[in-house]
Amino acid sequence: MKSASSKRYDIDYMERTRLYYRAMGYETDYQWAHFESVPFTVPARPVRESRLAVITTAMASDADASQRQLAAYPSNPIPASLLTDHLSWDKDNTHTRDVPSFLPLEQINRLVEEGFVGSPGPRFYCLPTEYSKRTTMKEDAPGVLELCRQDRVDLALLVPL
Amino acid sequence: MSLVARHLEANGLPTVILGSARDIVEYCGVPRFYYVDFPLGNPCGKPGDRVMQQAIVQQAVALFESATHSRTTVRAPFEWSEDQSWRDKYARVDDSNRDSLRHKGELRRQQQAQAKTAGDARSPMID
Repeated sequence: MKSASSKRYDIDYMERTRLYYRAMGYETDYQWAHFESVPFTVPARPVRESRLAVITTAMASDADASQRQLAAYPSNPIPASLLTDHLSWDKDNTHTRDVPSFLPLEQINRLVEEGFVGSPGPRFYCLPTEYSKRTTMKEDAPGVLELCRQDRVDLALLVPL
Repeated sequence: MSLVARHLEANGLPTVILGSARDIVEYCGVPRFYYVDFPLGNPCGKPGDRVMQQAIVQQAVALFESATHSRTTVRAPFEWSEDQSWRDKYARVDDSNRDSLRHKGELRRQQQAQAKTAGDARSPMID
C-alpha cells in the first residue's frame, strides 16, 4: 500500500474550503457558481493574427490590498513583482516571488516572437478574487469586457492564482 | 474568474482559463480550461523553470484553436513533485490548528463587520 505522500489525486477544493470555513466558525457554506449551459465563441481569426490579453487575480505591488478592485497596467515593462498576499494560494508549499510562474507576459512575448500569437494586449488586467458572485457579474465581468474592447483584444487568457 | 470567462465568451470574446482548482472551475462550467495540477499559486509552472512555464502557456494558448466545444479541459503533462504530500496540506483542518482557526474566524468576522460599516462590501475568500 502506498503512503499518503505518494498518492496522486485531484484536490477537492470546494470540500476543503467548506471544512476550513466551518472550522473558522462560519455556519453557512459558500455556494459556488454552477451552470448547466456554457457559452462558446469560435475565434474570429487565427491565434497568430490575434491580440491576446492576460487577466490575473494578483494586484499591483503598490496597490492597497484592502481596495480590491479591477485595474489595468501596461504589459511592458513586465512588473518585477505583484501583490498576492490577499489570495488563497498554497503558502505552505510554494511562493509567488517568480512572476512568470503566475503572470505569463514573458511567455506570451516569446510566443509573439515565434509567430504563434499575433500581439500581446497593451495592458494586463488585475481582478482580485471576489467572494460575491453578484459583484463579479454586475461590476467586474462587464468591467473586464470594457477593458478588452478598449484595447481591441481578440482573445483573453484568464490566470487565477 | 470562471464567471468573467463566461461573460467575455457570451459577448463574443474567446477565453482560456489557465489554473489549478479543477473542481471549482468545472463546477461553474467554462469554455476552455487548461488544468495545471500544482499547488495554488503557480498556474504557469514551477518558480524558476522557464522551459516548463513556456510549455504550459503555449499549450494553454493552443486551446483557443484546438477546442471545438465548451467545457473542454486539457490537463498539463507535468508533476509538481514526486512527493505528493502537498495535496494533503492545503487548507488542512486537524487538532493542531482547530483552536487557531476558530480564533482566526472570530477576528475575520470582526474585520468584516468593520469593513461593512466603512462601506467596503468586498471581502476575500480564505486568507
